Amino acid sequence: MSESFTKGMARNIYYGGAVFFFLIFLGLTFHTTKEMPKRDHRHNITEAVERGKALWEENNCIGCHTLIGEGAYFAPELGNVYIRRGGEAGFKAFFNGWMKAQPLNIPGRRQMPQFHLTDQEIDDLAEFLKWTSELNTNNWPPNIEG
Amino acid sequence: MNTLKYQSQAVAKPYFVFAMILFVGQILFGLLMGLQYVVGDIVGTLIPFNVARMVHTNLLIVWLLFGFMGAAYYLVPEEAETELYSPKLAIALFWIFAAAGVATILGYLLVPYATLAEYTLNNLWPTMGREFLEQPTITKIGIVVVALGFLFNLGMTILKGRKTAINMVLITGLIGLAVFFLFAFYNPSNLALDKYFWWFVVHLWVEGVWELIMGAILAYVLIKVTGVDREVIEKWLYVIVAMALITGILGTGHHFYWLMTPEYWQWIGSIFSAMEPLPFFAMVLYAFNMVNRRRREHPNKAATLWALGTAVMAFLGAGVWGFLHTLSFVNYYTHGSQITAAHGHMAFYGAYAMIVMTIISYAMPKIRGIGEANCNKAQVWEMWGFWLMTVGMVFITLFLTGAGVLQVWLQRLPEGGEALSFMATQEKLAIFYWLREGAGVVFFLGLVAYLYSFFVKEKTA
Repeated sequence: MSESFTKGMARNIYYGGAVFFFLIFLGLTFHTTKEMPKRDHRHNITEAVERGKALWEENNCIGCHTLIGEGAYFAPELGNVYIRRGGEAGFKAFFNGWMKAQPLNIPGRRQMPQFHLTDQEIDDLAEFLKWTSELNTNNWPPNIEG
Repeated sequence: MNTLKYQSQAVAKPYFVFAMILFVGQILFGLLMGLQYVVGDIVGTLIPFNVARMVHTNLLIVWLLFGFMGAAYYLVPEEAETELYSPKLAIALFWIFAAAGVATILGYLLVPYATLAEYTLNNLWPTMGREFLEQPTITKIGIVVVALGFLFNLGMTILKGRKTAINMVLITGLIGLAVFFLFAFYNPSNLALDKYFWWFVVHLWVEGVWELIMGAILAYVLIKVTGVDREVIEKWLYVIVAMALITGILGTGHHFYWLMTPEYWQWIGSIFSAMEPLPFFAMVLYAFNMVNRRRREHPNKAATLWALGTAVMAFLGAGVWGFLHTLSFVNYYTHGSQITAAHGHMAFYGAYAMIVMTIISYAMPKIRGIGEANCNKAQVWEMWGFWLMTVGMVFITLFLTGAGVLQVWLQRLPEGGEALSFMATQEKLAIFYWLREGAGVVFFLGLVAYLYSFFVKEKTA
């Protein structure tokens, strides 16, 4: 690097650049959180949805599944599973049966553990997945398979 | 033989040793998970995949933190030209952090996660069950306590000593690491907000402040092994870390494409994260440039190899493999696929695992009183470790990339009715997963060779 570009100038770009872009980032974050209610439908977060999110976390579902593409890549995407597995008409019945059938014990297949959830808890989790499926994700995933 | 300039630098030793022990655990669990990908019931229900993954990723994070702390305790006193403020505090914090880490990992392994959440009173302040932030809340509080004590100790050392560019970049990186970790305590019931601020820990760590830590450690080792003028190296360091933050902070936007966020993030995220490879490319130029302009032949060839290797592999893993899927119209199809996994593996290994092994390679012979470098035979073993691990990781990445491309082709690109389901797609990817497991075994052999190098001694006639 040329001699006229000094260490002091480089240092100022480091501190100045970091502060400048972090402030822009904070400004955009502020704007984004203002816009978010239109996209997350937070008025639909019922107590059941809240309990469902807690169950989602306390059973480490993210350790195998993705939720809107984030998580582990070992098991199917669940952000849209509500739609994929029956929606309003069929999801809850499917989901209750599915949770109770685990582990499937098919030789060689990836195994989902049995989490011993009550019917109430399974329903709460279903409500959380239903709410999640209604989020505006800018049209992700590309198709129903997630 | 005493080869340390400041005796308190020796507190780095337990940090480095423990980091390597955790590294072994991380790789063993990685090999188990690799098998679970193709033989799902290989260990029955003994260790479910989610537990293995949590152990794999948490061990990685914790051993890198141990490595960063060891690096800081080693290099800050020498840079500041003064003894560490309190070696006793450093050792006390080591035991606290190690005990908390071991207890947490045992908790993951010995009881179901929901039970661990119950025992640790997660309901009082729920923070568990989010990717990488799975630790019980009490462990997270412990991490904050350790980080504060650590920063206090280093801060006091720097305040009473010389404030070099390396020390300033390192300490700003470490302060950032502690500050952004506080977002781990924010877990609103609204998933949209939860996910958005989760990235303040995850992205601003690995694509932000951790790059400062990496840059500072690399600069320190380059000064030592090349003897090039500090002014030149520190100027480069500032330019590189400036580029890292200027591109990386708004580059966070590449995680906001599909989260209940305005569309402008697709532009901001694409543009800024497309520039994120630049600091890594600069690091390659700089590392090779400095080694070519070296003013001394340092006897520690292995440390020089690690320093060059980490620059190259960070550029490939974080830079090139990051760029592959960072543009929003590409990411729409690749988000959360095996392509993400490919990038994650090489980036973490290249940028962070390798920088920790760089400083260990340079510092350990001095801490152990061996001298400037290990004997030739030990270095040969170490370099075998370097090449086997690095080549192993290159192939892990290539096979996962192959799996990811096929996954996108089968599961993401076709229209709804024609796309294969997730599980049906996974069966088609089995050959790639088997090959990846093979590459993982090569990586493990490299790790064994690397660790063996610490025990190789020159024959005394």
